[in-house]
Amino acid sequence: MKIKQISVFAENKPGRLMEILKVIEAEKINLSAISVAETDEFGIVRMVMNNTDAGAAALKAAGFTVRVDDLICATAPDVEGGLLNSIIKPLAAEGINIDYFYTYLDKAPGLAQIVIKCDDVDKAEKILA
Amino acid sequence: MLDNKIETMDRKDLEELQLKKLQATVTRLYNGVTFYKNHMDAMGLKPEHIKSLKDVANLPFTTKEDFRDTYPYGLCSVPKSEVVRIQSSSGTTGKPIVSCYTKNDLDLWANSVARGLSGIGVTNDDTVQVAFGYGLFTGGLGLHDGAQKLGCTVIPTSSGNTRKQLMLMMDLKTTTLVCTPSYALIIAETAKELGIDLTQSSLKYGMFGAEPWSTNMRTDIENKLGIKAYNIYGLTEMQGPGVAVECTAKAGMHIWEDYFYPEIINPETGEVLPEGSVGELVLTNIAREAQPVLRYRTHDITSITYEKCACGRTHARIAQINGRSDDMIKVKGVKVFPSQIESILLTVPGVEPQYQIVVDRRDGFVCDNIEVRVEVGEAAFTDRMAGLVEIKNKLNAALQSALGIKVDIKLVEPHTISRFEGKSKRIVNRSELGE
Ligand SMILES: [Zn+2]
Repeated sequence: MKIKQISVFAENKPGRLMEILKVIEAEKINLSAISVAETDEFGIVRMVMNNTDAGAAALKAAGFTVRVDDLICATAPDVEGGLLNSIIKPLAAEGINIDYFYTYLDKAPGLAQIVIKCDDVDKAEKILA
Repeated sequence: MLDNKIETMDRKDLEELQLKKLQATVTRLYNGVTFYKNHMDAMGLKPEHIKSLKDVANLPFTTKEDFRDTYPYGLCSVPKSEVVRIQSSSGTTGKPIVSCYTKNDLDLWANSVARGLSGIGVTNDDTVQVAFGYGLFTGGLGLHDGAQKLGCTVIPTSSGNTRKQLMLMMDLKTTTLVCTPSYALIIAETAKELGIDLTQSSLKYGMFGAEPWSTNMRTDIENKLGIKAYNIYGLTEMQGPGVAVECTAKAGMHIWEDYFYPEIINPETGEVLPEGSVGELVLTNIAREAQPVLRYRTHDITSITYEKCACGRTHARIAQINGRSDDMIKVKGVKVFPSQIESILLTVPGVEPQYQIVVDRRDGFVCDNIEVRVEVGEAAFTDRMAGLVEIKNKLNAALQSALGIKVDIKLVEPHTISRFEGKSKRIVNRSELGE
């Protein structure tokens, strides 16, 4: 299924991640997943949360550069080859290119939620449905 | 046109008029201002030696230091009782620059601004919001008096309190905004935050000045505010804004030659350069009463043309100011102006003109290394790291190919580059940043 991800531009210096999380907390928004991509100078903080619109608005108001993208969220069983067989192989077979992905635990035991950014979100959604 | 006869005067007649005014000015300064008498005596120069406009080149220069040395009234040529206004420029070091005006001086000043506003299409039906700072700074009162002289409805908001500016702008249906170009961008940013679409407002014209700005920044302002933006030039030492103003032809700024005599010189040798050469602008007041200044070294880098303009005016035009001879930095032997860097940055799609040049070590204007900090706005931001790295590489390549030296680019968060609601500071020493 499709989900919304919020990305925030952050300089790579102490306290920036804390500032971002404080804004989210103040809005009483719950984070489901977070991942940070970084270089020496700056990073991109990517988040999935339960209220994307409110989160994005609050971060913008706090002066951050923010964008919202459609990603795919799929489930992989917590077994050997789980990620490979249930997600990576089917997408590769259809020529979908994955930009990045990250993972978080599903509330149901034995499952992992995978958040995927790829070049064709609609097609990937159908493949993994 | 406000002064049709003067503004389109045949150049030969204009030059005759200039010579008469120049001779009268030099005579009055020689007899009334010790500073000029001493300088001219030391050069063996008498007022009657000025027989043609070319002889201006024999007159002494006046510099910013001369203003400081003669502070406060040493350059004033009339009795105090005739001075009706003092303006002053915000010097960063030492004593401020003081400028004195008689009643007639204020009238000529207002006229030079009114000619400019009229030249871009503003009439007495227009509502002019003056968001230049009021007070000692010449921007606020200068534009105020000029717009009032033209019969416009003037809203003296001064600078700052941007939300209130916007409220008045929308409620009072401002048609003309005058301020610094960087403040125009702050107004645009704030409007966007408040969900106001300025392109759908009553705004039609903008006249901006007091700091250098590039053609790209002009396009940016025009698109964001939905206006036609024009440049106004001036300096406190000579009068204030209105010394030169752009017309609708957007082909340089007309210098009002019945008030000022312009020259372009080589800043290193002082030699007068021919028409079209790029060099330092030198100005002489030829119609001022209280404090006429001879050959003032503006430090502004530009060029001049005497060709008749498409708008019909015959008064000379100076090109958009290309930088300041004292703002210039030399990196590994290469001359760099902030305005140059700005135009290069804006060639990269998505990059906004919010930048700062951080200089590592500065010995005079010479430095080993410069770092250009660029704010990452929404248009440039992507969730893919490769996308950001690509923007950084593009900026690096564009700067390197245009300047011929390697420049460090640093992408920073929005609003981290300090912005003042007046002039923006483009060059900072790293030590000032506490890093
Ligand atoms: Zn013109």
